[in-house]
Amino acid sequence: MINHSLLVIVLAQALTYGTPILFAALGELLAERSGVLNLGVEGMMLVGAVMGFWAVQRAPGPAWLVLSLAVLTAAFAGLLMSLIHAFLVVTLRASQIVSGLALTIFAGGLGLSSYLGNDLGLADVPAKHQLGEIDVFGLKNTSFVGPILFNQSALVYAAWAVTILVAVYLARTRLGLNVRAVGESPAAADSMGINVAGYRYAHVLAGGALAGVGGACFTLSITPGWTAGDSLVGGAGWIAIALVIFSFWRAELCLAGAYLFGALSGGLPAAIEAHSYPGIPAFFKTPEFLNSLPYLVTVIVLVLIATGWAKRRLGAPAALGVPYVREER
Amino acid sequence: MIDVKIERRLEQPRWLSVVVPIASIAFSFLVMAAVLGATGHDPLHTYRRLFDAAFAGATAWTFTLESATPLLFTGLAAAAAFRMQLFNIGAEGQLYLGAIGAAGIAIWLGPHQTLALTILMMCLCGGGAGALWALIPGALKAFGRTNEIITSLMLNYVAGQLLTYLIFDSASPWRDLSTVQTRSFPQAIPLQSSQFWPDPAPSGVGIHFGFFLGLGIAAALFVLFRFTRFGFEMNVIGDSPRAARYSGMRTRRKILAVMAISGAVAGLGGASQVGDVSHELDASPQGLQSANYGYTGIVVAALGRYNPFAVCLVAVLIGGLQNAGTFLAGVDFPSGLVGVMQGIILFCALGGELLIRYRVRIPGRARVVAEDVPAAEPEIAP
Repeated sequence: MINHSLLVIVLAQALTYGTPILFAALGELLAERSGVLNLGVEGMMLVGAVMGFWAVQRAPGPAWLVLSLAVLTAAFAGLLMSLIHAFLVVTLRASQIVSGLALTIFAGGLGLSSYLGNDLGLADVPAKHQLGEIDVFGLKNTSFVGPILFNQSALVYAAWAVTILVAVYLARTRLGLNVRAVGESPAAADSMGINVAGYRYAHVLAGGALAGVGGACFTLSITPGWTAGDSLVGGAGWIAIALVIFSFWRAELCLAGAYLFGALSGGLPAAIEAHSYPGIPAFFKTPEFLNSLPYLVTVIVLVLIATGWAKRRLGAPAALGVPYVREER
Repeated sequence: MIDVKIERRLEQPRWLSVVVPIASIAFSFLVMAAVLGATGHDPLHTYRRLFDAAFAGATAWTFTLESATPLLFTGLAAAAAFRMQLFNIGAEGQLYLGAIGAAGIAIWLGPHQTLALTILMMCLCGGGAGALWALIPGALKAFGRTNEIITSLMLNYVAGQLLTYLIFDSASPWRDLSTVQTRSFPQAIPLQSSQFWPDPAPSGVGIHFGFFLGLGIAAALFVLFRFTRFGFEMNVIGDSPRAARYSGMRTRRKILAVMAISGAVAGLGGASQVGDVSHELDASPQGLQSANYGYTGIVVAALGRYNPFAVCLVAVLIGGLQNAGTFLAGVDFPSGLVGVMQGIILFCALGGELLIRYRVRIPGRARVVAEDVPAAEPEIAP
């Protein structure tokens, strides 16, 4: 039988570890809906993480103010990184893939985030403030759902709000309709008078800001503190890119998928090892197999949506990855 | 707002393809100097130290070429695929599979074979393993019309997990289970010294066999692209898949073939890492998996504009940068400098691409045409 308290821990950790992925995925979702593929998510998350931590260490004032400033700083840092990508691919019509990978290398663990972190003296220093778990409506100790839903950090709840905002924005607003048009057929959108470049810039920048907040989840909440290198974010950026596809470019599915992937990378491997279910062969219980599940599942999903009826209803924005040149319309 | 008009160039002058990358590298050095200056480091001093660590003296060159060798392979792998608009981001994973294949066959053959046979088998198995790994996204693209960017990217992580699994989480044939110590602290079976790849040292500069192998592959790819029908068809498919299909070219087979070639070259890079450098299957977190050879190879290929010989040159340049960054890492040298520089170089190169592909026109004031101007009056150009 499934151990009750173990399940609660796994689910609670799923929400905790899934939140940075969710932020980054929602950001990437916005960018991809406008037709721009941004592979630099990992780099943007790392820069957001380091700049958010810098703000926490340096900003004076009460905790709530400092932490809010830190989140804003992280968002702004991620936005600046994505500005480079936006400029290159929207204005200069560069290859989106190469530009995104360049951004990952530029901002990544061996690049700008380490440069800034070490120059600003942020390594191995205890965090002055952190976003701990808050007790929502005093329901922390309700059986089963209490620790999972009502005892998380503020960022988890902020992620819920952003998910709803993005979902409503894309599905129900005029602007959301426009951006979907830009992503499907920029030529048609352009001829309708929609400012293709403007929408693409706006959504790539929004994506960068959300990725920055996702990175800040790590340094402000999950593992308060900063260390150099890629291990801080640990591939969450790539999982976020996979998640956008896995969720068929829909924000609501992003939420479910993020928590699923959060469980896979958070508590589930340890929980399975602790309980050693006899029925499953040992190979499938290794952390390596569980860690590769998000990626394998994404490949399967991609194959499914590329063929058959799913393609038109659930597929990618048609103009994803293609630079828009009005003169060549 | 200045309304910049861009027009696609009908023909791309040859000189532009050489001048623009060089100019963008030069420009990126300026930008980097500004960044260094703004953060309190002396740019000239930093550049001097970088140059000395990378290119001054035989030892520096030895390590630079050692760093350049895997980048040469992954750069060529990326170039081969990207030329045909096949965005194989999976060179990282294909390199891991190549290392697994090469180490596996070396362990299986044992230390008592001739070195030539060992090298040959390691190359075949390493290249084969890389090719097979690349055929997964290749087949998904050719038969399932699935985007190869994401599938090859995802498989990188699966390959990394596989690599970790073989050494750290299983009793696989790659793992050294001979002593109590190796059973408790997971290690790979090391290659015996009779299996090490040759390491000639002309005038004191140690050059691995893998580097020569890479140069040979570059030459072979150049011949393939330029002088064979295969290469011609690759070019056509890259430029216009529809035209290629109408003229009867087998695009599906080409996709599979090019992905296999790309994966094989990346796999050879993995084989070279095992045979030349680590002499074992290095699955540790500080080993292959943190080196990012595959992704850096894409940078190298992009900077070399997918030309095999340019890729060789750029691989040495970037290898020098990597080497200098590792060598100088310490308290008084900005860490992360390598990534920042590589990023800036690539950003500038991408920007420069615009100038190669398009002609940029900034429209000035319109010329006023006056019909009743006397012919004798000289016209003053606006």
